[in-house]
Amino acid sequence: MARDVRLDVVDEPVAPGDYVLNHVGFAIRRIPEEEIAATLELYETLLREEGDDLMSADVRGEFEATRATKTPREETES
Amino acid sequence: MTREIDTDASRLRFRDPSEARALGASIARTFAQIGRETVTLMHVCGSHEQAIARFGLRAVLPRGVDVVMGPGCPVCVTDVPEVDEAVALARAGVRVATYGDILRVCGSAGSLADAQAEGARVDVVYGVAEAVEIATRCDDPVVFFATGFETTAVATAAALLAGTPPNLSVLSAHKYVPPAMEIVAGIPGSRVEGFLAAGHAATITGSAVFEGFVERHRLPVVVAGFEPLDLLAGLAKLLELVRDGRAEVANLYPRCVTREGNRVAQEKLWRVFHPCGGGWRGIAQIPDGNLRLRDEWKHKDARWRHPIEIASATAGAPEGLASRCRCGQIMAGLAKPTDCELFEAACTAETPVGACMVSSEGTCRIWAQYGGHPNLAVEGVL
Repeated sequence: MARDVRLDVVDEPVAPGDYVLNHVGFAIRRIPEEEIAATLELYETLLREEGDDLMSADVRGEFEATRATKTPREETES
Repeated sequence: MTREIDTDASRLRFRDPSEARALGASIARTFAQIGRETVTLMHVCGSHEQAIARFGLRAVLPRGVDVVMGPGCPVCVTDVPEVDEAVALARAGVRVATYGDILRVCGSAGSLADAQAEGARVDVVYGVAEAVEIATRCDDPVVFFATGFETTAVATAAALLAGTPPNLSVLSAHKYVPPAMEIVAGIPGSRVEGFLAAGHAATITGSAVFEGFVERHRLPVVVAGFEPLDLLAGLAKLLELVRDGRAEVANLYPRCVTREGNRVAQEKLWRVFHPCGGGWRGIAQIPDGNLRLRDEWKHKDARWRHPIEIASATAGAPEGLASRCRCGQIMAGLAKPTDCELFEAACTAETPVGACMVSSEGTCRIWAQYGGHPNLAVEGVL
């Protein structure tokens, strides 16, 4: 699953392969390299949670809606 | 000899049980040193409440350290007249696109979900970009009902600056958190002695935005992340600042927050929006607490583009359970969900009365979900 994330408001250059903090379809921060492993580990934990847990559901929803942060590309106006 | 606890968030592994125990012990020790019966701390973020309730963090806190949630749920503070405006537009035949969370929140004459059931065109979108797409694909007027705090307002601003089709306008119900903290801190009878600020809003504004606040109110502010250890570290730091009488800002979420914040985002935000006074549902009129489109953008402002007849929308609205709802006091930190007679009786997740029970970020919904049986051993934290 892939989704465009706009780079209009991120305050650092973002390159393919970078991870970004996404909020409603906009990257608001480039995640520093040294934080990536720990952050992914945390998401994995949340994704493994079962049931109707609100926090996991929010994270899962976010993942379902946008899974494109690994290769962000500028969205162009159509 | 007491071990000095390292509350530097950059060194914490997010769920390390021994760190959690150490932080819990540090909190207990600091609280004992304060030597008073209660210390009330407030956070202003639905995601913080989710983490606190989910991991049962209140159970590791000493009795007497009271952590309450303030106005941290953007859907919950969207005011009745703002929902009324969106519902009136939808009922008048304008196509309304908005975030899913706001759909079931009632105005004085029903919700957008009600309008949708009556045949009005209401689209749930993931973000403003999807509203732009809808407007691009049709010739009808489309209004994006824009709710959310400054983090979300940045997205709306960026979309407008990037260019939008002429048939799209924006009904802004965006809220700006720092002024609301001012009001809540100043409420007579408030016992709040320190604030945990939400990490994601601070990603945009930077931790510096709280520096004036700590001066004015002589209350400390700690910026914290969303993991159990982030929160415990934040609370440990906040209690230390309370103990030492130090009104200052500490950033314990450096992996996402800097002192200056995201300047690109700030610049876009303030080019499109200006802060103005307005209602936060159930709490108060908050000076500078609402974000409205600047005059230069009035051609994109739904309030300027469309006549909105709220009077007709609210005429004859029945006086329901809503008048007994205590959302306002709950969001001001003056009452708990369990203080409300409707909580889990007339008001449940399936049939919510107040906005706090509608949104997954609302205090009541979170308490209803996690109940009163936090068990850290089960969660694997302790």
